[in-house]
Amino acid sequence: MAENKGILVYGELTEGKLAAITTELLGCGRKLAGELNEELSCLLVSDSIGEAGKEAIAFGADKVYTAEDPSLKQYQVESYLQVIDRLVKDTAPRIVLFGQTAAGRDLAPHIAFKAETCLSTDCLDLSIDPETKLLLQTRPVYGGNAQATFVSELLPQIATIRSKAMSPLEQDDSRPGEVIPTKVEIDTSAIKVKVVETVKEEISGIKLEDAPAIVCGGRGIGSAEPFNTSLKELAELLHGAVGASRPPADNGWVSEAMHIGLTGKIVAPDIYFAVAISGASQHIAGCSGAKHIIAINKDPEANIFKEAELGVVGKYEEVIPALTGKLKELLSS
Amino acid sequence: MPNMIVCCKQVPDPEAPPSLFKVDSAANKMVIASDVKPVIGQYDEFALEAALRIKGKQGGKITVLSLGNKIARDVIKKSLAVGADELILLEDEAFEESDSWATAYALAAAIKKVGEYDVIFCGRQSSDWDAGQVGIGIAEILGIPAVTLARKVEFSDGSVKIDRVIPDGYETVDVAPPVLITVTSELGALRYPALKGIMAAGKKQPIVYKPADIGLESSQVGAAGRHINLSKLFQPVKEAKCEIIEGENGEEAGVNLALRLREAKLL
Ligand SMILES: Cc1cc2nc3c(=O)[nH]c(=O)nc-3n(C[C@H](O)[C@H](O)[C@H](O)COP(=O)(O)OP(=O)(O)OC[C@H]3O[C@@H](n4cnc5c(N)ncnc54)[C@H](O)[C@@H]3O)c2cc1C
Repeated sequence: MAENKGILVYGELTEGKLAAITTELLGCGRKLAGELNEELSCLLVSDSIGEAGKEAIAFGADKVYTAEDPSLKQYQVESYLQVIDRLVKDTAPRIVLFGQTAAGRDLAPHIAFKAETCLSTDCLDLSIDPETKLLLQTRPVYGGNAQATFVSELLPQIATIRSKAMSPLEQDDSRPGEVIPTKVEIDTSAIKVKVVETVKEEISGIKLEDAPAIVCGGRGIGSAEPFNTSLKELAELLHGAVGASRPPADNGWVSEAMHIGLTGKIVAPDIYFAVAISGASQHIAGCSGAKHIIAINKDPEANIFKEAELGVVGKYEEVIPALTGKLKELLSS
Repeated sequence: MPNMIVCCKQVPDPEAPPSLFKVDSAANKMVIASDVKPVIGQYDEFALEAALRIKGKQGGKITVLSLGNKIARDVIKKSLAVGADELILLEDEAFEESDSWATAYALAAAIKKVGEYDVIFCGRQSSDWDAGQVGIGIAEILGIPAVTLARKVEFSDGSVKIDRVIPDGYETVDVAPPVLITVTSELGALRYPALKGIMAAGKKQPIVYKPADIGLESSQVGAAGRHINLSKLFQPVKEAKCEIIEGENGEEAGVNLALRLREAKLL
């Protein structure tokens, strides 16, 4: 077997541009490539890649493989897997990195089991053991109650990385690099899962991932309404967004797209109001990147007070309108 | 009528207070306080509920598989009490400390032994190690398609229709069985067992398989069958220092919080 060499990043596009998570993966990949003194490449799969290949080079890739084909317009796990699996076999990378995204969560385990190797999902830190050159893969376990560093001798070494865990490089359009188009051959007879319909739930206003302020409501909110009234009013005042813990999403009070945490969105706003949220580790996993966490909870023993910087022990029905009213006054003066 | 298999893992209650989860760094092991009760993983319960809904409409058979050692009968038998037909435990010391690979490998071997299946359900991820790999791994080993993050599953002759969660919405996919499906929380909570179910479950005995019963050597399972090793387990230290903003009542505390946020220049 050929010697495994180099790092391959599976890149994702949003609206024709490199996704933020991909710039973060390239930032991390560049660091690892430096430690190994090997190349960093990136694979982009889409019906239309445009300038994203050049963007990937500007963010740190030495080589960008593009797989561009009309059949790849929509993400479909089996067709995307065929493309990725072939490139992994052809280029024999030492390390393959995915984002801990909808696609990455789906694709990476398939690739790891196909290669009969292993995978660490949702990594927060990756480094190279200088002696063995093996990848040290650190990820949260027990919902974030602890962290574990894993290591394996099997190649390729595969990991998915949590969004916002790594820093991208400064974009440098003068970086040299090569875009290599690959031939896309999909064996359609192997496609078993047919996408019949896609339903997008439109969220108005600013996206949670980009919001500088988030007002996040939990099970203690009790119903759908306050998410559209008192919580929303506070969020709008702060030019932010409303989010939720898992129970409001499971109960259908809010859209699933608003769910923050280990199995939801990972956010890192400047300020995060956790309202009627107990502070389970799986929820904190999604918001621990916030610069300031403010807790409002009627239970003084709630775990959220161990995570927050400022807190009020009280009923949100009383605290939130008063807080919003006073802030309105203070922010306008 | 569909033959369904649901994989369920026993885990320490993931909702127990974080202070009850400690790390023994010398032994590289989690130390979980004895007041933390074992439960079936949350997403495995959602997976079981998905199977029960199909059984409610189309009939069929549900076999629950669980891998581990010292599996508490009263915990895992909840699956029988809510309506599963058969319970198979892969239970042996040799299965301890399995990683995702060893777990998927043994479960796939057991599924081959069960033989007939149309749909295999797994939770989207375990409620302890959170890796989210075993379901997809089983599908790869068996060479069948996997559909992840199901929030609704419908079975009709020769076709399974699944609504799966995607960023900002969902998509409906169609696939011919056999298929492996991982289930997420929006599907809905597991039903409560009825008294009749609890009584019936009490009388049923699980089938217990050792590695040899599913055609595996001890070198292929548990710690010996791992593909990845745990080199370090630790707990990042947190400095807890929450400043509580007081007030005569909730309104006053809200006003004081606004003042404090401005004073600290957080807003
Ligand atoms: C594998 C796994 C993954 C998970 N992923 C996620 C995830 O991504 N995101 C997530 O959020 N959870 C996740 N969970 C679930 C998590 O463990 C908790 O169950 C969940 O976060 C609890 O949500 P909560 O704090 O809103 O509700 P609860 O824990 O029920 O807390 C409600 C809080 O509201 C307070 N309250 C009630 N009424 C009022 C009032 N009037 N005013 C003020 N306070 C009030 C109560 O004191 C209580 O503290 C996951 C669990 C598992 C096992």
